[in-house]
Amino acid sequence: MRVTLKVWRQKGPDAPGQLVEYDAPDISSDMSFLEMLDVVNERLMERGEEPIAFAHDCREGICGTCSLMIDGIAHGPVRGAATCQVHMRSFTDGATITIEPWRARSFPVIKDLVVDRSALDRIIQAGGFISAPTGGAPDANAVLIPKRNVDDAMDAAACIGCGACVAACPNASASLFTAAKVSHLGLLPQGQPERYRRVVRMVDQMDLEGFGGCTLYGECQEACPKLISIDTIARMNRDYFRAALIPGEPATVPEAAG
Amino acid sequence: MELRSRIPTGPIEQKWDKHRFEMKLVNPANKRKFTVIVVGTGLAGGSAAATLSELGYQVLCFSFHDSPRRAHSIAAQGGINAAKNYQNDGDSIYRLFYDTVKGGDFRAREANVYRLAQISVNIIDQCVAQGVPFAREYGGLLANRSFGGAQVSRTFYARGQTGQQLLLGAYQALEKEITRGGVRMFTHTEMLDVVLVDGKARGIITRDLSTGAIEAHAADAVVLATGGYGNVFYLSTNAKNCNATAIWRAHKHGAAFANPCFTQIHPTCIPVSGDYQSKLTLMSESLRNDGRVWVPKKVGDKRPPREIPEAERDYYLERKYPSFGNLSPRDIASRAAKEVCDEGRGIGETGRGVYLDFEDAIKRLGEQKIRERYGNLFEMYEQITDENPYRVPMRIYPAVHYTMGGLWVDYNLMTSIPGLHVLGEANFSDHGANRLGASALMQGLADGYFIIPYTIGDYLANAKLDKVTTDRPEFVEAKASVAGLTARLLGINGKRTVDSFHRELGQIMWEDCGMARSADGLRRALGRIPEVREEFWRNVNVPGSDTELNQALEKAGRVADFLEFAELMCVDALHREESCGGHFRVEHQTPDGETQRDDARFAYVAAWEFCGVGNAPVLHKEPLTFEYVPLSTRSYK
Repeated sequence: MRVTLKVWRQKGPDAPGQLVEYDAPDISSDMSFLEMLDVVNERLMERGEEPIAFAHDCREGICGTCSLMIDGIAHGPVRGAATCQVHMRSFTDGATITIEPWRARSFPVIKDLVVDRSALDRIIQAGGFISAPTGGAPDANAVLIPKRNVDDAMDAAACIGCGACVAACPNASASLFTAAKVSHLGLLPQGQPERYRRVVRMVDQMDLEGFGGCTLYGECQEACPKLISIDTIARMNRDYFRAALIPGEPATVPEAAG
Repeated sequence: MELRSRIPTGPIEQKWDKHRFEMKLVNPANKRKFTVIVVGTGLAGGSAAATLSELGYQVLCFSFHDSPRRAHSIAAQGGINAAKNYQNDGDSIYRLFYDTVKGGDFRAREANVYRLAQISVNIIDQCVAQGVPFAREYGGLLANRSFGGAQVSRTFYARGQTGQQLLLGAYQALEKEITRGGVRMFTHTEMLDVVLVDGKARGIITRDLSTGAIEAHAADAVVLATGGYGNVFYLSTNAKNCNATAIWRAHKHGAAFANPCFTQIHPTCIPVSGDYQSKLTLMSESLRNDGRVWVPKKVGDKRPPREIPEAERDYYLERKYPSFGNLSPRDIASRAAKEVCDEGRGIGETGRGVYLDFEDAIKRLGEQKIRERYGNLFEMYEQITDENPYRVPMRIYPAVHYTMGGLWVDYNLMTSIPGLHVLGEANFSDHGANRLGASALMQGLADGYFIIPYTIGDYLANAKLDKVTTDRPEFVEAKASVAGLTARLLGINGKRTVDSFHRELGQIMWEDCGMARSADGLRRALGRIPEVREEFWRNVNVPGSDTELNQALEKAGRVADFLEFAELMCVDALHREESCGGHFRVEHQTPDGETQRDDARFAYVAAWEFCGVGNAPVLHKEPLTFEYVPLSTRSYK
């Protein structure tokens, strides 16, 4: 098949960018989308031009590195898939495909299609963990956890930190990302001691990083390659408001799971 | 070069405890005076950096990824072994130890493997405390599954995303320590050299991948946890950016490289579909719990699988290895697949594939149960191949997956360079000539959470280190040399892309140093590799500059190292005149085509000393003795 690409090219963080058109003939429909870009890049380099910079690594939908806006859709046309899991068979022969980076104030462009997502790490740093230093853990079966809770926690924990939710959100909110971690840890008994402290700190950090607020468009869960539900945002909001009602240091308040 | 394994004396059950008591401690107030560099943030590096910081050391942590959550540990699907015996099926530390030594075809150190089995139980406790959502039964207890090479259920799992969940546990612990101030994290920063002062590892040189800035970092000890070298084959199940640069450059400074020819070919991957293929995708070994592997009995039978009657199918693993069947270890299952394809009974367009069939399991358990167990793997398969594995059998073929070889380390995980430690897949220590499924995660976390935090203290307490700063000539020279290499790559302006060289090297390695190796093939490869390397340095085209994000430049440096390393791998494979585990020399096989070890001549670790590019490396042998698992022919029949 043959496709035409319109690709965002931007030399560096402070340089202006623009869409550049590339003709891509002889593309196999069995190629992954990123393999198609590999081929285009090989051809560019053979002509002495600079290849298109794009982020990628595992190419099996789990590392969360790849991050392309394809025809205005974060991770492209396949539901529940990261960019690296999209194949050219999802496009028609002769199609024109527009490829842009994630667009959000908190994700500055480094080059071409590569953006800086370190803001997401800083949200985790603010509280997205359980303080359990190595050693001293009780036997793994000492605390029984209902299967249902673990399954729900796992649904949220499946987040790959790609930032598609931010890119898809008209407010560029990182609520789904933040809520996924709040839910994963908040659903487990081990996560209870820091539950309220965690949610407050993470949400506050999200605001500090310049992400927008959630107004429940729901675009994030559509774009999420792991199909994480916005139910997690409801859980985060509930915990956030509850935390405000707890006097003093929220981290010291014991709270039953649920 | 002198290799001292530093294995403690005494009964194997007591070695680690005794060693922990005998090692010197650094008192809490002094720990903060020591700086440790950790390179790599996979399971081993992430867990080490977090734990060292918790103990009070100052940690500088480096990752070439844009976030420490992305290392390829994240892609491990199936699970992590631990000798918990929660299933009451006869497991024990001793049995996990025994299975791992045997599974490694008697080419691993007994003492290391025993320690690994001991620590395995602590790992599960630690991960649960961090909130890793391992699968559970309705009663709330942890669930287990079985895995290749074992007859007990000792594998803990989190759907098909166990590596992801364990890595996020380590990553979150690391982020917690970044907040506390114990770890300074450098993301999107690649290590390009290690710096020695007075013969000890005292720092590294890095390149900031966003800006191109080359920096020096000094410390009291350096820990590499930079993963394996499977991408020397170009096509592998590794992530695209996995590379051997850190360990190879350390090797060039005097760290011995052990058993580089021990590579693992995983039996269940999606077959290659075209020249454009950029990587291979693994289908978890756990699928072999319920899937049955078969090919047609007749050569050249091109009927669709569902039209081939039961009597005309060859369930060759069940036939050849009745006691382990579809759960035979990886090396054995891979070779068996190659064998049936070599006979002309392979399936799919290329004839390089076998079926992994769930028809019986779906009949027995129902589609819902299979969906629960493997749903995400089935979806992944369908996305890639456009075929529905609930209806037609999966097509699979072996692919390069893991490298058991790596930098030589002693019992304390220190290389032959004092102060340079290596963890996880990057070292050679625990898997011998073949790694069992669900053991890589176990080893990475054992090294990072529970071994290096103790052993590095002993090194720091004994080493009598002067303070060094990066204005010393050793750092200045190393920086200049890294900058020189970058300039050289950018200045060649040749005609061929970096990938074209990488692909060419990969083909040589797959053909002649892959699943079956021969003296002739290895000699051919040893003739070809220097030619490709020579052309690379004359004719590669690396566009762009060194002051910006330049992915072609990153790749070029890594491929340049693979072009040197590949030669060592072939030298090692040629010298090891026996077959063991993943290393299959066609000259050394039993009459029925199984590996034939030669314990009298090769029961040793081959640790190679670097003597210059293109010069023959020097072999040092660390003899292996087996006191607890008697040397025997590995049989899974």
